[in-house]
Amino acid sequence: MRAWFPYPLLLIALLVMWLLLNQSAAPGSIVVGVVLSTLLGWVTVKLQPTQSRLHRLRQIGSFSLVVAADIIRSNVAVAGTILRARRTPTNSGFMTVDVDLENENALALLACILTATPGTAWLEYDRRQKNLLLHVLDIENEDLWRRTVKRYAAGLKEVLK
Amino acid sequence: MSHMTDLPSWAAIVVCGLLLLGAAMTLIGSLGLLRLPSFYDRLHAPTIATSGGTILICLASMLCFAVLQSRWIFHEMLIIFFVTVTTPVTLMLLGQAALYRDRVEDRRDVPHKSKPASEPDAE
Repeated sequence: MRAWFPYPLLLIALLVMWLLLNQSAAPGSIVVGVVLSTLLGWVTVKLQPTQSRLHRLRQIGSFSLVVAADIIRSNVAVAGTILRARRTPTNSGFMTVDVDLENENALALLACILTATPGTAWLEYDRRQKNLLLHVLDIENEDLWRRTVKRYAAGLKEVLK
Repeated sequence: MSHMTDLPSWAAIVVCGLLLLGAAMTLIGSLGLLRLPSFYDRLHAPTIATSGGTILICLASMLCFAVLQSRWIFHEMLIIFFVTVTTPVTLMLLGQAALYRDRVEDRRDVPHKSKPASEPDAE
């Protein structure tokens, strides 16, 4: 059973997604959905994903609220910067932050969060020295950005293990 | 489009507001591509469109079809999810390519890779 369906949760999620996208529970679409999700499950085995478990579900809520607030604030700030770009030159620059994350999924999530925050762009993560090279649009608040990224990293470390 | 008239006016106003805001965000993102001076600055501009613009426009669509009760709001959630998950791939690819080019050309304003003393880097 395990050999045929290596990731049962993924299979169910893909099947539900397929049915919702098709907006039908007809036998035909169920069959196609099962075949597709089984095939994709085998593909996933080849990709060898690192599995990690979610911890402290209650913290996930507050963490995502903080992230959402930061993203909205950064959206507004960057929009202002762009609109003012003609008059005042942008004050952007590179910065490095020490991020001590081993977990690949946590790193991927951090990348998603930092990319969704328009003020920051992820450039490079050095696995050996565990530091992250970022480009930020307003380098004046360098300390603020550093603290934010560290807080995200700490939060992700607690939530994903 | 006749069923659009079924939308109550409060919902229509909110949907319009969200749509216009999202469109404005996307426009500002594109404007940023035009206005910002350096390549790394310009990396930030499209992420406004992909985060703020996409989410606002999807919210408008969700609200519209939720009020009309004609369709699941599941599609928009998927759009938001996949756009958020896939944008970093493109962004990192562009950023690292630019970084690599600038390091090879030995430009001053780009941070250099801090090499560990013993092993030479792949670059």
